[in-house]
Order: sequence, then C-alpha cells, then structure tokens
Amino acid sequence: MTRFRLVVIGVCIAALAATAAATASQASHAKQSKREAVSGSVSIIGIWTGPEQKRFQAVLDGFQKLYPNVKAKYTSGGDNTPTILATAIQGGNPPDLASIGQPGLLRDFANQGSIKPIQFARATAARNYTPDWIKLGTVKGKLYGLFFKGANKSTVWYSTSAFKAAGAKPPKTWPALLSAANTIRASGTPAFSIGAADGWTLTDLFENIYLRQAGPARYDQLTAHTIPWTHPTVKAALKTMASVLASNNMYGGTSGALQTDFPTSVNNVWAKPPKAGMVIEADFVPGVATTKAAAIKDYNVFEFPSIGGSKPSVVGAGDIVVMFKDSPASRALVTYLASPAAATIAAKYAPGYSSPNKNVKPSAYSDVLNRATAIQLAHARTFRFDLSDLQPSAFGGTVGQGEFKLFQDFVKNPSDVNGIAAQLEAAAKKAYK
Amino acid sequence: MSATVHPESVPELKEPGRWRRYVVTAGFLAPAAVMLGVWVVYPTIYTAWRSLYDRSGDNFIWFDNYKTIFTTDILVTAVKNNALWVAVVPAFVTAIGLIFGVLTEKISWSVAFKTAVFMPMAISLFAAGVIWRIMDQKEPERGTVNAMIGVVSDWVNPPGPLPSAFSASPTLTGSDSQGFTLRRPVAPGGTALMPLTGIPPEDVPAGAEQAVQPEPQSGGITGVVWRDFKPGGGTIGKVEPQELGLPGVTVELLDSGGAQVRSTTTDPDGTFAFEKLAPGAYRAKIGAQTFQAPFEGIAWLGPSLITPAAMIAYIWVWAGFAMVVIAAGLAAIPRDTLEAARTDGATEWQVFRRVTVPLLAPVLSVVFITMLINVLKVFDIILSVAPGSVQDDANVIALAMWRTSFGGVNDFGLGSAIAVFLFLLVIPILLLNVRRFRREV
Repeated sequence: MTRFRLVVIGVCIAALAATAAATASQASHAKQSKREAVSGSVSIIGIWTGPEQKRFQAVLDGFQKLYPNVKAKYTSGGDNTPTILATAIQGGNPPDLASIGQPGLLRDFANQGSIKPIQFARATAARNYTPDWIKLGTVKGKLYGLFFKGANKSTVWYSTSAFKAAGAKPPKTWPALLSAANTIRASGTPAFSIGAADGWTLTDLFENIYLRQAGPARYDQLTAHTIPWTHPTVKAALKTMASVLASNNMYGGTSGALQTDFPTSVNNVWAKPPKAGMVIEADFVPGVATTKAAAIKDYNVFEFPSIGGSKPSVVGAGDIVVMFKDSPASRALVTYLASPAAATIAAKYAPGYSSPNKNVKPSAYSDVLNRATAIQLAHARTFRFDLSDLQPSAFGGTVGQGEFKLFQDFVKNPSDVNGIAAQLEAAAKKAYK
Repeated sequence: MSATVHPESVPELKEPGRWRRYVVTAGFLAPAAVMLGVWVVYPTIYTAWRSLYDRSGDNFIWFDNYKTIFTTDILVTAVKNNALWVAVVPAFVTAIGLIFGVLTEKISWSVAFKTAVFMPMAISLFAAGVIWRIMDQKEPERGTVNAMIGVVSDWVNPPGPLPSAFSASPTLTGSDSQGFTLRRPVAPGGTALMPLTGIPPEDVPAGAEQAVQPEPQSGGITGVVWRDFKPGGGTIGKVEPQELGLPGVTVELLDSGGAQVRSTTTDPDGTFAFEKLAPGAYRAKIGAQTFQAPFEGIAWLGPSLITPAAMIAYIWVWAGFAMVVIAAGLAAIPRDTLEAARTDGATEWQVFRRVTVPLLAPVLSVVFITMLINVLKVFDIILSVAPGSVQDDANVIALAMWRTSFGGVNDFGLGSAIAVFLFLLVIPILLLNVRRFRREV
C-alpha cells in the first residue's frame, strides 16, 4: 500500500467521521428538542421503600435531566401497593404508572383493562432483555409490563469464618451441600439459618429445588397448575427439601426457625461469631443485613447447587412497571426505564440492585458479589420466575395462607410429604376456581 | 310569659322564633350530621350493599357471600378466638381495674402509680402491639419477657459447659437430656474414648490442650473426652492432631447395674483416669448437666401462645382506663356507708365484698360493657402483635374481614359480608348500652 493511498483513506475516514459526528450531534440536538417538547407530569406508586426508594429517585432525577419539562413524582406504597392500587382503581383514580412485584397482578390488571399496553417500548425492551423477561411482561400478545428490577433467587450466602472453621468448601452439587452442612454442624455451628417466619423464604427454597430436580418443563406445568401438587415430582422435591429442614440443621431448631424472620436469618450468618453457616436466599440478602460485615472477607455467595446434574438455572423475581394512564410523559418514562442508561444509574447508585437489562455494563456494579449475581441473572439461559408469585395471590402471595402457610407447616413436620402435597393441591384448587 | 302580656303579637313573635330555632338547631347539628353521614351512615349502607356483590363488584350475587361465611372454614378460628376474647378480656380488665382502683385509695404515692398504669392509654394500640411484639421475641437476647424468664430459669437449671455438644460416633450413645454413655463396657486396664462434636470454638473451655490418646493402666480405666473435630471433619472416633481435649468435664463411672461407682473431671488434654478398680465391667458416662442448654425462650409469638400474648398486650393497655373510671366511682361512694359497716364490725374484705362492690356495680358494668364492645371488634392489637405466619391462628372476625378485603385476596364483597356479620354481633350489646344510658338519664 502506498503512502498516497493511505493518506487518501485517512482523509476519507476523517471526513466520514466528521460527517458522522455532525449528523450525530444534529440527531442528538433533534432528540433533545424532541424530549423538551414532552411536558406534563407522571405520578408513580410503587413497592420500593427506604433505600430502594432513594435509588429510584436517583433514576427519576436522571430522567428529568433528559426531559426537563416532565415532572415525575414517586410515592411509596410498600407491601400494600396491590391494595392501594386496587382501591385506587375502584375509586377511578389510579396513578399514571405503578411498580408491582407480581406478574399475576399484571395479568389481572391487563385482563380487567385497567392498565394500558406499552407496545411503544417493545423494540427498546427487545434490544435490552432476554426473551424470558419479555414473555413474562406480555399478556395476550401485547407487552404490558416492563421489568425494571430483578432478583436472583438462586444464591446461597455463607459465612466465610464458619466455612473456614469447618474446613468446608462452597458446594457445587446437592450431596456436597449436605456433606458441607454436616461438617459445619460438627464444627459447632448450625449449618443453615432459615427465616421460616416469612413463608416466602420457604417457597423460594422449594422452587430452586423443583426447577433443578424436575426441570423447567415440569416447572412451567406446575406454575400453570396443569399438573397437581400431588405429582411425584413435587413429592420428590419436598423430600429433598426435608433434608435441609432437619431440626439440628437449623439455627434455633424447628421452633426457632419458625420464629425467625428473614432479616434475622441473614444477621445470624453475618454475626461474629456466626450463629449459622448459610442462608439460602436471594441476591438482596446483603441489603437487609444490619450486622456489619465485609463482602468476601466475612461473607460470600455461591450458586444454588446443581441437583442430579442439572444445568445452571436461575429462579428469580422482578418488579414490574405498568402504565395506568397513557400520556407522552408516561411513555417517555417507560421507554427511559427500559434503557440501559436508567438501569446503569440504579446499579451505580448502591449495591443491592440487579438489573434484568442485559446491556448494563458489569462495571456499573461496584460490588463484586452484586456484579456476579446480577450478570448471572440478566444472562441466564434458563430463567424461571418465582413460582409462588405467578399463582393466584390467595394461594401464592398471601401471608399466613396457601403456600406460605403450608410450607411453614412442612417445616414443623418435614416427614409429612404426602400430607403437605395433598393440602397444597387442595389450596391451589380452591384458589384456581 | 310574653304571650299573656302582648296577646296580639304572639303569632309574629312565635313564627320567626320557631324558624330561627330550627335554623340554629340545624346549623349546630349540620357539622356533626355531615361527618356522621359521610363517615358512618354512607359507609355502613354501602358496605351492606357491597356485600351482595362478588369480588369484582360487577355481579349481584344476593346472599352468596353470607353463604360462604357460614359454609366454609374462613371464620371458624376467628369466631372461636373472638369468643375467647369476650370470655377472658373484659373480665380481666374489670378485675384488674378494680384491684388497682382500690389499691390507689390505700397507698400514699397513688398519683405516680395511677400515672404509670394509665400511661399505656396514651400510646396508640398499634404501637403498644409493636412494643409487645418486640418484648415477646423468642430469643432471650432479643425479647424482654424471655430474658426475664431466662434469668430465673438459668438460675434454677444452670447451663452446662458444653450445651451444644453431641456424640460424634455411634460408640457413644444417649442424648443431651440423658447424658452420653459408652455403648461397650470397659474392664480395668481398658481405655474409654469419648468423642464429642458440635462444639463451637468459642465454647471450648479455656486452657484446652491437644487431646491425647490415653495410656492403658493396669487395674484402672483411663480415657479421654475430646472435641472430635478438625477443619474438614477428620476421622471420627480417632484422636488426631488439631483436635482439642475438653477439660473440666465430669465423667461418671457406672457399674454393670448402672449405679455410680466414681466420678472425676478431665485434665486440660481431656484425659481422665479411675485407678485401683475392682475387676468387672464398667461404663463411662458424661452426665446430662454437662449438656444442659441455657433457656431457649418461649415462643410467645408461636401459633399456640399468640392469642394469650395479644390478650396480655391488650389488657396492659386497657387496665389503666378501667382503673381511672373505677377509681372515680370509688371516690363517689359515700364514706359514711363504709364507716357504718366498719363500725358494725365488718372486716375490710367484707366491706369490699358487701359494700364497695355493690355500690360500684353501675361503674363496673360500664367498664365491662365498654370492654365487651371493644373486644368484639378487636383488630389492631392482633395485627401488630402477631407476625404474618401466625395471623391465621390469632384470627378474629375483624381481622378476618380486613385480611379478606385487603390482605392479598382483595375480595371486597366477602370482606363486606364479614363486616356486616360483625356489625350484627355488636348490635345487641349496643342496645343494652343505649338502654342503660336512657335509664341513667
């Protein structure tokens, strides 16, 4: 290649780049003025409280920098959000947008016609999410819900000092988990801290076991209740679960575990010296700990172990943004929330957030463990939504009833596999009627 | 009066006067009437109306919601618990109020006492519930109530040095409550290996040294009690490097009949020795007191004790109210009646039983009936004391109504039907109270 040709190519490239930059800057100017043309206000009621609320506020601040003429106001409804929304719909005055935690509620709202489809954000969502997430937000072929926050529930958190004192290693398979548990117990620390006072910790454990042991196809069938809870695969999963729930395996024994709520179960593992070796719960575990401990030095995480050679799978959950009132401002915010920019602000804000958005760069997560669990979630090949969240709420989402209650009964008496399976099926049947 | 003075002006004066009086009356009544209408009358009527519709509120289903109430188990625990509340709480509150009321008459620092007992009334019932929920925590280090019981319990049954230890191998059988015994008898000249495990590093007694395999001794039994664990597990039943002896453990020697022959305590390396024994078969045992666990706490918030726990919180709040009302009633009792009784030679107890209580009866019944109505609709204290997992066991009618309407099921139709049912239950007591008010007027 001669020098002349190189120069020509160089000039051409420079010229092209300049044009491209010019068009880009023109385009961005055009985009900005288009954004400024959007005005109005958006009210959002959501389940995020405390630090979660502050995180979302940071995202809204980012949104308002882009859309200076839109006023976005977030009100926290906490766990009562579904009730608040149901009441607001009855009263004819729902917010513009809402964030909810249950795809079942999304389906209910869509079927009632109280929420509007968000097809306009479909292309953005398709670019940024794996198909499983889009499928979960779709009702009757139309996109209704956008997952802004995800949770990876296939994680087991452990106390490094308990593992070190016992000479145990993070297990990769179920038998290895049980043998590690025995060793930890022999070292004088109960192996597990189970927050059984909150029933959902138990359904999460069951779902992880079921997805691995029975496979994703069966998982979908059980989710849709096309196979009964008395199915042999369910009973087998319950038997596997019982091996964790032995009274001497849990901190405080059976009665103590039933009195332990989720935050306490985490603090038990974080405590110095640790009161228990492991807590089997989601990626949000470090966020609820009030006992001070350092990642990696004091606590660490491993993937929920494989059962019977199962492939890596993730059981997860997520918070869904839905739209009650269609307006340019609402549309702008929904589209913004589907973008990597919004998710990156949320991820950078503080550890404890996992975006289902696969285009968020790993570097956005400052915390090493947070980064690992978030990436595992956003890129999971087999991803299944938390089964209990997909059930009618009387069965899968109500404190002291249905699944939550029956799995607590199972903790009380883990040998009664058949009895619990029968009761689960009876409760499911009633709720599906 | 004026009519007799100016008979001709009566119609003019009377007419505007009556109208003005109506307007003034209506004006004074209006704010209250509007409030009552908006917040009591309309919701009551709408609730009754809503109870005839299904969950979505679109279909009129007549009395199907009421049928559901009486044909399913939705209200069984609730009605049972409500009955328990009605049977226990008003009586307790009245009795405690009466005792406190009488006491405050006798003590000199009654103002301080009354203030202390009345204080809970200043807190919202919900906050009181939260306080009790924290105090009722199971772990003694978290819950005040169990901490107090724990102090007494640990004093009566002092915890042993190795509360969480258990046998490492099948050669040592037994349980924490029976103690652990070697399965095989040992003859003099033999050794007794007693492996224990499940001991957290911080529970290993101070001064523990590397465990030592005991040397056999002719005419005696030697042995070792040690923490049969090293990182990774180690070989069970074998004294290995890194495994510590357990000093200060009491080892008993039993003869073949099970009677204790001797006892000794272990050395820093975990070894022990019984010298100069008569020939025969012996068993080595570590007694149960070594494994005595510290008080673990009573599950106040567990399914079986949650209703009593909520009742205690409720009584704690309302005792102050009862005391103040009853004390006021006591102050109004004519002193000379009491004096007359005392002069006639009645003992204090007789004065209380035969004079004070009968004279107080109207006040006591006010307290009792007020509590009866309150207890029938008891709700917030249970919601705040009972964790979600036991709300089913602590259920009462009002809570069932709330949980059906707002607790995730969101069935406003069924919830309204339960509300109407509760309303009907309260009405008889309400009528009783209204009748009493009339009589008093």
